[in-house]
Amino acid sequence: MSTGNMNLTLQVWRQKNSKSAGKLVDYKLSDISPDMSFLEMFDVLNEQLINKGEEPVVFDHDCREGICGMCSMFINGQPHGPKDLVTTCQLHMRSFKDGDTIVVEPWRAKAFPVIKDLAVDRSAFDRVIAAGGFVSVNTGNAQDANNLPIPKSKADAAFEAAACIGCGACVATCKNASAMLFVSAKVSQLALLPQGQPERYRRVQSMVAQMDEEGFGNCTNTGACEAECPKGISLENIARMNRDYLNAKFISEEEI
Amino acid sequence: MSKLNSNIPAGELTQKWTKYKSSVPLVNPANKRSLEIIVVGSGLAGASAAATLAEMGYKVKCFCFQDSPRRAHSIAAQGGINAAKNYQNDGDSTYRLFYDTIKGGDYRAREANVHRLAEVSANIIDQCVAQGVPLAREYGGLLDNRSFGGTQVQRTFYAAGQTGQQLLLGAYSALERQVGMGKVQMYTRHEMLDVVIIDGKARGIIARNLITGELGRHFGHAVVLGTGGYGNVFYLSTNAMGSNVTAAWKVHKKGAFFGNPCYTQIHPTCIPVSGDHQSKLTLMSESLRNDGRIWVPKKKDDPRKPSDIPEDERDYYLERRYPAFGNLVPRDVASRAAKERCDAGYGVGASKLAVYLDFKANTERYGRIEASKAGNHNPDKETCMRLGTAVIKEKYGNLFDMYAQITGENPYETPMRIYPAVHYTMGGIWVDYDLMTTIPGLYCTGEANFSDHGANRLGASALMQGLADGYFVLPYTIGAYLSKEIATKPIPTDHPAFVEAENNVKATIDKFLSINGTKSVDHFHKRLGHIMWEKCGMARNREGLTQAIKEIQDLRKEFWTDVKVPGSADEFNPELEKAHRVADFLELGELMCIDALNREESCGGHFREEHQTEEGEAKRDDENFSYVAAWEYKGESQFELHKEELNYENIKVAQRNYK
Repeated sequence: MSTGNMNLTLQVWRQKNSKSAGKLVDYKLSDISPDMSFLEMFDVLNEQLINKGEEPVVFDHDCREGICGMCSMFINGQPHGPKDLVTTCQLHMRSFKDGDTIVVEPWRAKAFPVIKDLAVDRSAFDRVIAAGGFVSVNTGNAQDANNLPIPKSKADAAFEAAACIGCGACVATCKNASAMLFVSAKVSQLALLPQGQPERYRRVQSMVAQMDEEGFGNCTNTGACEAECPKGISLENIARMNRDYLNAKFISEEEI
Repeated sequence: MSKLNSNIPAGELTQKWTKYKSSVPLVNPANKRSLEIIVVGSGLAGASAAATLAEMGYKVKCFCFQDSPRRAHSIAAQGGINAAKNYQNDGDSTYRLFYDTIKGGDYRAREANVHRLAEVSANIIDQCVAQGVPLAREYGGLLDNRSFGGTQVQRTFYAAGQTGQQLLLGAYSALERQVGMGKVQMYTRHEMLDVVIIDGKARGIIARNLITGELGRHFGHAVVLGTGGYGNVFYLSTNAMGSNVTAAWKVHKKGAFFGNPCYTQIHPTCIPVSGDHQSKLTLMSESLRNDGRIWVPKKKDDPRKPSDIPEDERDYYLERRYPAFGNLVPRDVASRAAKERCDAGYGVGASKLAVYLDFKANTERYGRIEASKAGNHNPDKETCMRLGTAVIKEKYGNLFDMYAQITGENPYETPMRIYPAVHYTMGGIWVDYDLMTTIPGLYCTGEANFSDHGANRLGASALMQGLADGYFVLPYTIGAYLSKEIATKPIPTDHPAFVEAENNVKATIDKFLSINGTKSVDHFHKRLGHIMWEKCGMARNREGLTQAIKEIQDLRKEFWTDVKVPGSADEFNPELEKAHRVADFLELGELMCIDALNREESCGGHFREEHQTEEGEAKRDDENFSYVAAWEYKGESQFELHKEELNYENIKVAQRNYK
């Protein structure tokens, strides 16, 4: 069993609720093990705060294995911290050094208002999906799955786009708080597959319209989203979505 | 015992579901629009049910405690989903899937339910593909399959190591489509804290808005739970941190029987515990056992690195004990075999509570095939390993990355260290053939119910069951009940039953906040988990279980006098949420031990040390225990046992043999 010997200073964003102002508060932690995950380090902090009679830090988390997309900490200026291709819950303390000061903030974006401390409201993503991120097929209407062969390359590309976990790191890191990577991943997944063709152009228009309505910013191609995405979702998806969006403008109403 | 009626339709096994579907009463479209259904939970079972019921025209309200329905823990399922498609032409059929599931469940599941599950399995794959779920394909464009434990055919469909994610996102997209159309009202960050019963029927729920703390009363003509399993009673499990038994436990306390609570699945291939800080355990998919060989050193406390231990000094104990199934024996068998080796002193790693999962042999084999494809028929070892590693990476890349991230070791170079961990609970709320609980109008689906896996679930069957229940079973069976409810007007939520239920929830919250003790909720949860793992885990015995019951009762008393829940009721307060969940686990844990104590046999995931063969295999007692133990809540620590006898008319019950 590992015993810890790291001493750390945390600067954590504390904010009572969406209406109050927040600020960074300093906490000292000692005997942290390098084998702990970043969230387990927060468990230690919270246990200490509770024992001292203070309020623990609120943060979102659930599966703690990098797939549910719920954890969302902005660590030293990077969503999900310094390591590539991992979520906050899969970041381990061996990525830090004894004596480090670590600044932890919530996702910051107009469309993701802070709820409390490090937890934000990402329901805008659900509304974007509800606007068109689906194939309209009711249960019971499907043909045999192998009646529709799909080239492996297309299926693989669709899968790569579909691997998005909806965490919002792309929005948090973008200077414009744009949601283009998230939206384009879903648009691409379905545009690459034959099942997605009937609604292809209608879909891209409704999802983009909803994205704009939610208050996400525009894309200026800085590529920060791709660099910070814990699942390696590619910028190609944005290019694909832009092409489809443009094409939709030239297609007659009847075809959409 | 008169209270239990499984309502299995009469007739030939293979015709039951077909006949049921064509004779079940229907609800006409106009009436559907005025019937309201509450669905609690948005995982595979909940989301698929909510979406399908809304497509059919019912008014649906769906609740989840996460910030989005897409987060439900179904998302973490890695390996795959079974379906009797026989796309591989290897002799699969509905009957074989049915047979394997009953046998895998150690003859403790209901025949009629399992056959129905096998029948609709093929429809699930069709539906998901139609939704645009990108399942793995071969170069010819057709769907690919792989093998899973407990079977000798390839019937598992998958999407890399993210099958649960892709299937859940499919169900989520169907659900959000209905939300967008205004046919489902979605309540995220809401937790159900009680069910409301009026005139003996489930008529609604009390749910807490986790952001504002507000308690809401919600009416429904029927209530459906799809709230998942209760593995977190062990504190450490592969479940998500928020996974809980609260909704299921609340309905149990209001009259729904709890079926087979002691049936817990301990998954053989998880990353071992690294220290006291551990908050959860991470699974390495069972699919890895297709290409990984499990071994320990033949010498006790062997200090050498795995790569320094020569082939003839390794004990491939699964291949040795079970030559026919080898590394692909069912989960309960593989888990116990790992425990046996570690208890005997052959464990590896710092804690000695681990065994090796080694990919080297198959990496080399794949490399040889790849080299051969490229025209090199006599490749050296290095070439084989290089080419083979690429194949392994394509198959399991995300799992290997996850392992490296958690342990800091490179599994492409050194074998993985694995150990069993709590993963799934076969037990759950008792339901009849219609998936209705013992409370009329209250349904239970997916992992939350007890129904289809008997005493041990086969790999890739949880996704199948969750989606079968939600897409293809419940939407039919609920009509049988709702067709009789068309005259029932929505009941106003100022009805005394709603008021009383809300007041009870409020009193519990006030109690939590007023104790102001000295220890955190997690402190109690960890202690409970320790008791459960040591005494109601992979191996159980009378003495341990008897002690555990007493220890849990004492711990519960201590919890209610010394827990410290900071903050207030009218704000976002995760500690308060945890307090509710742990309070319920502290009651459930006791029932699990009572059930395990009652079941004087070993079957599936339930292994009683007093009941084993000379070779250490589980020994069932079909004469006395071929029943579902359904427990009725009668007050604190008081549970009455009801038995549902299991009749096998189509399968010859036998001792499981994977040798």
